[in-house]
Amino acid sequence: MDRTQCCVQLSVQPSRALVDERFVILVEKAPPGFQLSVRALHQCEDGHSWEAFGHYISDATGTVNVSQDLSLGGTYSGVEAMGLLCSLRPVPGSKPGLRMRKKDVQAPMMVTISVYQGHQVEGFVDQVPLASVVVERWYVAPGVRRIPITDHGLTGTLFLPPGPGPFPAVLDLWGGGGQLVEYRAALLASHGFAALALDYLTAKVIRETGKMVEDQYFETAYKELQKHPQIVSSRIAMIGLSFGTTMTLKMAIYSKVVKLRCAVCISGSHVQPIEKSVEEILSSFNDRADKTRINEENQVIWRDLLLPIPTDPSLKADVGSLQCPLLLVVGEDDQNWPTKESAEDIQEMMERAGNSHLLTVLSYPDTGHLIEPPYSSHTRTSNFKPVGTNQKVTVLWGGQMAAHARAQEDAWKKMLAFLRENLYGGRKASAATQSNL
Amino acid sequence: MLVSRCLNFIRRASTMPLQRSVAPILCVQPSRALVDEKFTVLVKNLPPGGPFTVRSLHLSEDNDYWEAYGHYVSNHQGELSVWDDLSFGGTYTGREPMGLLSSMRPIPGSRPGLRLRKKDVTTPMLVTISVYCGHEDYRDQTPLASVLTERWHMAPGVQRFPLQENTVRGTLFIPPGPGPFPGILDMWGGGGGLLEYRAALLASHGYVCLALEYFKPGEMTSANQEFSYFETAFNVIKDHPQVKTDRVGILGLSLGSAVTLNLATESSVVEPRCIVCVSPNNVFSQQTSIVGAFGDIFRFPVKHDENNCEIWREMILPLLKDSSRKVKVEKLRCPMLCISGCDDQNWPAVESVDDVMETLRAVGKDHLLTRADYPDAGHLIEPPFTPHFRATNFIRGSTMEKVVMLWGGQTKPHSEAQEDSWRKILSFLQHNLYGNDHARSRL
Repeated sequence: MDRTQCCVQLSVQPSRALVDERFVILVEKAPPGFQLSVRALHQCEDGHSWEAFGHYISDATGTVNVSQDLSLGGTYSGVEAMGLLCSLRPVPGSKPGLRMRKKDVQAPMMVTISVYQGHQVEGFVDQVPLASVVVERWYVAPGVRRIPITDHGLTGTLFLPPGPGPFPAVLDLWGGGGQLVEYRAALLASHGFAALALDYLTAKVIRETGKMVEDQYFETAYKELQKHPQIVSSRIAMIGLSFGTTMTLKMAIYSKVVKLRCAVCISGSHVQPIEKSVEEILSSFNDRADKTRINEENQVIWRDLLLPIPTDPSLKADVGSLQCPLLLVVGEDDQNWPTKESAEDIQEMMERAGNSHLLTVLSYPDTGHLIEPPYSSHTRTSNFKPVGTNQKVTVLWGGQMAAHARAQEDAWKKMLAFLRENLYGGRKASAATQSNL
Repeated sequence: MLVSRCLNFIRRASTMPLQRSVAPILCVQPSRALVDEKFTVLVKNLPPGGPFTVRSLHLSEDNDYWEAYGHYVSNHQGELSVWDDLSFGGTYTGREPMGLLSSMRPIPGSRPGLRLRKKDVTTPMLVTISVYCGHEDYRDQTPLASVLTERWHMAPGVQRFPLQENTVRGTLFIPPGPGPFPGILDMWGGGGGLLEYRAALLASHGYVCLALEYFKPGEMTSANQEFSYFETAFNVIKDHPQVKTDRVGILGLSLGSAVTLNLATESSVVEPRCIVCVSPNNVFSQQTSIVGAFGDIFRFPVKHDENNCEIWREMILPLLKDSSRKVKVEKLRCPMLCISGCDDQNWPAVESVDDVMETLRAVGKDHLLTRADYPDAGHLIEPPFTPHFRATNFIRGSTMEKVVMLWGGQTKPHSEAQEDSWRKILSFLQHNLYGNDHARSRL
């Protein structure tokens, strides 16, 4: 097919972007009505290869525009501008249960986008594509500074936006897998928020003392943010996913030190024994382990552990006394936590208490537990080792790929708008005095 | 006084008067781009209707600071957009989306006669964009906000290969993908040396491109290149396994355009598919060596302007009348695009193109020529969104003397010429090197 090889041009714009930015993939100069496969290939940091592909037919001008045209099949179908990233999955023959998470956030994720003749489903590696380009997907904008935080027994990383500031800040918590996960904080800093990614389950101090952290650990992190010369001490928020939600609500409601401007809780619950330590809360969850379900594929479902939502007020965070805006992000197919049921109960509690004007709930059908920044691969199940156990299981997180991808995109946009409104807002044009400058 | 009033205003406008207020939000999109891509600069969360200065700052590889700035007024949503709003003063005025790059110049107190040219194309040009209060001098102020933007010559996946063993000196850039690709031979002018940045950019647009060095600045002995040197360079590209042998073009600026014309008319060895001549020159035929070329120019006395800058265009003009030395343009065999600045003080570019046009018309080949003559543009018509240089330091090849060369052009029209001509060049190359055979025939 030399004539084809001579002509086909492939472009991806932009070729360098933040991971939450869209791109436009254009195939041009193919023969009209020609069958093509557009494929993405990414080798992640641990050496595994991930791929995604869509099947297209060029139009009368020999063009395929992935943002506008239908994919007729592949790892995604329909009109999906970002399908080649959202539907990335390990190549055939890979280890099962993999999850893609960037560790080194200062280097970009490199993705090779290629176009092949015909509607292929396998064997791409043995073929020569018609054309191929490379795109860089970055977690940090230029000038974002990464500062490891190890003072006062903390294990964390602070990301500062470029410029003199001062900036509002976000304390960023992940969930029960522990570790120091930086990529969301890096991305938040790229959007103008100082962000502190905090390891609170596998931190150095825990490894050294053998004891879980107390409330004071989070309060220390908060105070570190407050006293930073480039952070506005009165404009600090918390964002927590999964068990991170538990901690966020604990701090937002009960801490005498932490005064949040707003809070974002993703895929979590308010169900927790109140006035207990972090260790005690974790134990209380572990005590219900008998409610674990295993499905036919041997995947672990943990959503029932906290169900039914208790009526006893000592068993759930008193959201009725929250004083700051709260954004809840809910995946309705969350198989790991009873996020939907918790959100409904939170709504009810806040309505009864009269502070429901502070609550915004974003609830997404067919969306699972791992609601991450957009345009990353959807993980429906993966290997998981909860902190404090030696047990590696395959967890069912939930969600259907297309719906989950759309939810990630929508939720991220709305989270950023919520943070901007609450952390940057407060200066309205009409409230300002007139300018006579 | 205005500045302090502005700062006080920002403090008062915060809803937490006892605390510091947050910085305005400054956003440059895209934050990483190729040098020929535009960006938007948006500032939000400013006090409404206030005076602000948006400024760019760049530290060059030679350790000189370059800057540009525009004076703006925020609207009543507290926003300012460089893409949409007018600049009321600074290094550029009016609606200039890319003014922060195209009007850059060395900061006050810099060495004179500087030119900004990227040497290491594997790293981006880093530009800091900041916003300051007021329209007065901002140099003593801390900016209200500041971001960093990267400007790249190489797209991801473009590979760079310095030619090691060949007698040909240069650097080959190869786009990502299996190919085969069309190819381009890229040549600069009488300043000599190896400049990779335009070739890197062309590779980022899908061409295998060889940035060719044909003499070193100040070293005239290396400059007695035989015509065959250039033919060999062309074949390095043509014979590359990832290049389509019948789709190799040539792009030359200034003296490089003379070489380009010669290759397209006199060579029995190479057949470029198309050529681009920027600031064209048809007065040095292939029989003239480069030493000879400079010798020819300096037969006439050098003119200077009131700043003692050398003006060469008058010296070269008479050479257009000497047909014995000129390139035999009537033998042109392929489409040619000529880009000229009407205020070119270094070569009589427009007159050269007139001469070429006349010659072609006489043999019925004028359909091969496309010309674009840009009013008030100078000699150094480079890829877009790079600063304009009206006069810079130059080492005269023949005498090794350091002079200041007048290139010409006024900043705004010259910047517009760079932007428009680059688009035309890319379109011309796309049409001739990527197009189908039948698409190349002209009416």
